[in-house]
Amino acid sequence: MAASLLLHFGEPLLYLIGIGYGLGRFIGEIDGIPYFTFLASGFIAWSAMNVASMESMWSVYTRMVPQQTYEAILATPATVDDIVMGELLWCGTKSLVSGSAILAVASMLGAVHDWTAIFTLPIIFLTGLCFAAPGLIVTAYAKAYENFNFYMTLVMTPMFILCGVWYPITTLPEPVQRIVEFLPLTHAISIIRPLVVGVPIENLVVHLGALLLFGAISTWIAVALIRRRLVQ
Amino acid sequence: MLLGQSPRSGGVLEIFGKDINVHLKSIRQKTGIVPQADNLDPDFTVAENLSIYGSYFRLSRKSLASRIPELLEMVQLSDRAECRISTLSGGMQRRLTLARALVNDPKLLVLDEPTTGLDPQARHMIWSLVHQIKRSGKTILLTTHYMEEAERLCDEVIIIDHGRLLAQGSPVNLIKEHCETDVVEIRGEVALAITRDLPESFRCDRSGDSLYIYSSDTFRLLEWAESLQGLTSLHRKTGLEDVFLRLTGRGLR
Repeated sequence: MAASLLLHFGEPLLYLIGIGYGLGRFIGEIDGIPYFTFLASGFIAWSAMNVASMESMWSVYTRMVPQQTYEAILATPATVDDIVMGELLWCGTKSLVSGSAILAVASMLGAVHDWTAIFTLPIIFLTGLCFAAPGLIVTAYAKAYENFNFYMTLVMTPMFILCGVWYPITTLPEPVQRIVEFLPLTHAISIIRPLVVGVPIENLVVHLGALLLFGAISTWIAVALIRRRLVQ
Repeated sequence: MLLGQSPRSGGVLEIFGKDINVHLKSIRQKTGIVPQADNLDPDFTVAENLSIYGSYFRLSRKSLASRIPELLEMVQLSDRAECRISTLSGGMQRRLTLARALVNDPKLLVLDEPTTGLDPQARHMIWSLVHQIKRSGKTILLTTHYMEEAERLCDEVIIIDHGRLLAQGSPVNLIKEHCETDVVEIRGEVALAITRDLPESFRCDRSGDSLYIYSSDTFRLLEWAESLQGLTSLHRKTGLEDVFLRLTGRGLR
């Protein structure tokens, strides 16, 4: 538990303080937001993505393959759907814990400008669900832990760099922007950042709808694939 | 298939008189499983493994609070209730898995090779537990490669080889039906030479460099065995192992 907290909470915090303060001094403001606040709000969403992805890949794989925990559970009246739903909720919960911890620290450091930041909590949870389901899809295909590196490097890292954690996506070339607008982390940040800053959210319905739709579709696929993996 | 984890390819599969495809949940509610490989949850303690598992059967906290100490007492793990799974020996883990399979007070208990890989003490402990559970009136379905185990524990034995049913009956009847009453086992290369002048009523079987001489005429068999000088011979009553080998053939398959 302590080790997991250090990884999911300590690492973003070091980044936030080191880069937010250090680099923030040179950058000043982006879109009228102090860089430290800009970065903190991005990191809340990034942390939710990270925590849910790790849990839904490494931890779920561990329970599914080496520990055979699901086989034991499936000998009881519990079903594959129950297992998948339980894992999703746990991923969302873990995201919520680490996301709100970063929010609390950011607020102590003066990065949170408005009490509306409290509404980021359900969005953090939803973001966790949105990334837990794709993680489960990857896990359903995984043959070894190394397989997750593909997803990490080809999916998660590009999102971390491109989806507006570090700079506004409007800085990106037009075609890249079009692609990035489809990624769930972009939508999560588009809701979380204004809430932390205390400005109105533009296109809330679009962003929220995108997250819900993405989460629902990937959950549906994840259930089908995990079932196929467990019931042969 | 009994767990509904691999779909049946054909035929009918009923447990408690109910089709498993239709009534899977209610069948699982009344079934306990001890899988071949232990899959206890290493994230939890001994007692937590039982309480979490009980919650999957929707058992109330109250009923679990009284049931878990009973089960731990039965499998002699009471003093280990707060221990992590990784601190338990293989035999203890198997006993805990057995206790876990009983948490929902099942009518049917399925044991998949329950003593594979255990040392003799641990194996005898599992056997006495199985006897105890049997006396309590539960139906036990046990699969094993270990004929002594089947002979000791089972009322009814089915021998299956490559998916085909070869024989069925009580251990005593199976032995009576398929084997002579006595066997003399002779070991060593020299043993092979004596097969030529064997009395006709004796049946002879070979496995590696061991020779098995079967007969129901105990007296004559022993007399003959004594006449073999300089050879190590072992006389014993025939058992299920002999039935199994006779039906499935000796040698590697």
